[in-house]
Amino acid sequence: MLKILKYSFYDLIRSRWTYSYGGFYLLFTLSLLWLSNDLSKVVISLMNVVLLLCPLIATMFGVMYYYNSREFTELLLAQPVRRTSIFLGQYLGVASSLSASWVIGVGLPFALYGVFGSDQAGNFAMLLFVGVVLSFVFSAIAFYIALKNENRIKGFGLAILAWLFFAVIYDGLLLLSLSLLTEYPLEKFSLIASLLNPIDLSRILILLKLDVSALMGFTGAVFRKFLGTGFGMSIAFGVLLLWVVLPVFCIKRVAGKKDF
Amino acid sequence: MFRWIFISTLILAGQAVILANTFRVCKACPAFSIKEAIKVAKSCDTIYVESGIYTEGNIVIDKELTLIGIGRPILDGEGKTEIITIAANHVHFEGFVIRNVGISYSQDRAGIRVKEASDFYVKNNRVENAFFGIYLQKSRNGTIEGNEMVGEAKDEVSSGNAIHLWYCDNVLIINNITYGHRDGIYLEFVNFSTVQGNHSERNVRYGLHFMFSNDDVYRGNTFLDNGAGVAVMYSRRIGMFSNVFQKNWGPAAYGLLLKEIHDSNIEGNTFQENTVGIFAETSNRIVYTKNNFIQNGWALKISGGCQQNNLLANNFLGNSFDLAVHSAGTDNLFDGNFWSDYAGYDLDKNGIGDVPHRPMKLFSYVVSNTPESLVLLRSLFVDILNFSEKVSPIFTPENVVDNKPLLKKFTIYD
Amino acid sequence: MISIHLLQKSFGKNHVLKGVDLTFDQPGIVAVLGPNGSGKTTIIKSILGMVLPDEGTIKVQGEDIKGKWLYRNQIAYLPQIARFPENLTVAELLRMVKDLNTGKTHDEELIKLFGLETFLDKRLGNLSGGTRQKVNLVLTFMYDCPIIIMDEPTAGLDPISLVRLKELIHNQRLIGKTILITTHVMSLVEELADEVVFLLEGHIHFRGSLKKLEEMTGEANVEKATAKLLQPPS
Repeated sequence: MLKILKYSFYDLIRSRWTYSYGGFYLLFTLSLLWLSNDLSKVVISLMNVVLLLCPLIATMFGVMYYYNSREFTELLLAQPVRRTSIFLGQYLGVASSLSASWVIGVGLPFALYGVFGSDQAGNFAMLLFVGVVLSFVFSAIAFYIALKNENRIKGFGLAILAWLFFAVIYDGLLLLSLSLLTEYPLEKFSLIASLLNPIDLSRILILLKLDVSALMGFTGAVFRKFLGTGFGMSIAFGVLLLWVVLPVFCIKRVAGKKDF
Repeated sequence: MFRWIFISTLILAGQAVILANTFRVCKACPAFSIKEAIKVAKSCDTIYVESGIYTEGNIVIDKELTLIGIGRPILDGEGKTEIITIAANHVHFEGFVIRNVGISYSQDRAGIRVKEASDFYVKNNRVENAFFGIYLQKSRNGTIEGNEMVGEAKDEVSSGNAIHLWYCDNVLIINNITYGHRDGIYLEFVNFSTVQGNHSERNVRYGLHFMFSNDDVYRGNTFLDNGAGVAVMYSRRIGMFSNVFQKNWGPAAYGLLLKEIHDSNIEGNTFQENTVGIFAETSNRIVYTKNNFIQNGWALKISGGCQQNNLLANNFLGNSFDLAVHSAGTDNLFDGNFWSDYAGYDLDKNGIGDVPHRPMKLFSYVVSNTPESLVLLRSLFVDILNFSEKVSPIFTPENVVDNKPLLKKFTIYD
Repeated sequence: MISIHLLQKSFGKNHVLKGVDLTFDQPGIVAVLGPNGSGKTTIIKSILGMVLPDEGTIKVQGEDIKGKWLYRNQIAYLPQIARFPENLTVAELLRMVKDLNTGKTHDEELIKLFGLETFLDKRLGNLSGGTRQKVNLVLTFMYDCPIIIMDEPTAGLDPISLVRLKELIHNQRLIGKTILITTHVMSLVEELADEVVFLLEGHIHFRGSLKKLEEMTGEANVEKATAKLLQPPS
């Protein structure tokens, strides 16, 4: 698996997609820092961007990479390598090259502006972490969808739909159900519902950094316990990691059973 | 010390006819109890109490006396009684540690009580583990200065207020520190008084609490991590200047709670990291100006029935919600503020945005109906909702709008 | 070397292999023929473990391949379409395959044979189809595997390389390897094959030497012979 990962990563790190993706973040972050000259403001702006862009690009890129390397995958399958190693290796190659683009693209300008040692270091670390995790989660989901669908158009469509679902539709449905069910206690429901969506989960990690004052306005004890203590933070981290493991496990399963 | 001799001299000068004596209270002194010293002393005398622990129960000061503790003598109530009762005019009480008053559910026991007195001066005392710290009733023209009240209140029922005023006029409460009581400073039927430079922290209810009090001013105080910072209720003409309201977190936690307050000014204050910066209910003719609202959950919540409020030249910086207005009300003005999420432009370069700003977001309205939906804050879906509402307001009151939003932060001291 | 027993495979409703029994235990070149969709590629991919059979067993060198992967170092495979990671160089690709396999390699001779020396540092995405196929051939023949499987090996090759490929296959046969080839180029079959397996609708319709095919159909030309096999007996 590590061998496959190594060569996938070599391949991807030289692709112009990776360059333009990393370059975009680099330019974007630099221009934000240049314009505002205020680390905390830029961290906040990027926190909004990371929730939107990292999942979208990871989804697109994951699907694209899978379909593009379809024939090469066949060649690899004829090699004395375990099947699942091939797919996990390729997936990790995609996820890590995306993460590298993100971390370098955003990290370099911030490092130039001296984020380390400033009071924003914690928030910045959270920002990088969330970006990396979202890249891993959504490229895994994309790989899974691509593995399940031989038809490229269908695969692309489903992957976009999956992104749209997690990024927008899910929250819309959640808001709708919350406002329809106001008579019922909704604390646990809304918390659990947020845990079930990796984007919401990352968003809550960010909220805990930026909006803790507002979050403390919740009346319910469950909320206060969850959001007000390290307990909530650790649960959120745990479930987020689970969100990486789960699609990877699915990839493994499908890859083991699929005909090529 | 030197200063005290000087002031005593002034008092002496004021009552030149009578020659004042001084007494000492200590273990080796002729008078070894405070009560005894008070008994033999005459008006205008001074009693110096040296360090040591005194357990004399309730000490009543019923003459015009000056009591000064030297080396912080400790008056211990052993959890049984009230300790100092000032029941005469012109009493000066300074430099004591008063502790262990004991909780009573039948009487409002206090560390220091000022009872129907005037021209009192209570200074630099420390009150520990008291039910009420300093309790003033029907008193006037006095000063409470530099005292420190330390309690460990757990809930509202079993705790008293650190500084409690009831039917008082013209009192100056200055540079005191209160921790862990029910209210840090409580004023009921108190007029023409000033609360200045105090620090209230970790009180279970309010840092400062006004009830039925008019024509008072509080300025330069800090309210940190209380149940709510300051509550001003059923009062008129209160000036609130240059205070700091910080980290008042919780479901009913406000930096400042206004309830039926009229004709008041809120100026130059800083509201930082509170769940709600200011919550105003049925409050009319209030001017909010030059305040900083920084990273609060809600900077300002205005519920129904608030009229002719003017919100002018304030800074709103990084709050989760800047403004939540329940119903539009009438004649409220929101002009000339700086909103950190203002997205307009200024083509004519006059420092004022060319596009009006709507500080009330649709999501703010949604959250007020369904609090749990707060978990969706900053989600793309919510941004889309807010945007569509901004383009054509349906749910949010149309007259909640800043027609002259500032492009740069308003700097208060420049 | 390879024995297939009662192999069945469906893709959805499409029943591709309906109980195939096939054994290759002699060195030599076997051409697997049949019309489109007759199951040639499915058989090959089943042997390689890329397609998982519904029923039946496949043994390579006497070992059931189900759930196994190491046996694949006994098999060299030339896939039909060769596409490689665009941003790797030819040399890197070779290194990768070497990383995945063990044993002695012949890549240098092969590179010389196909004239790929100047391409080693080129990115695979910039190569022409024919050059890619040559790289593909190098990958296939660089290890000494007792079994070689080739899916349309001549696609896109220039005439010189074609001649060299044929020589190569011939040499491999001489050193006693078992070689399976699927192709639509009948001249190649005539030139190289010792034996022909003809698949039709998921069954083995014919198996035997070229001579036997000629005897049965009365056609010396394989193309005509196979066409005859497809016709219902008159």
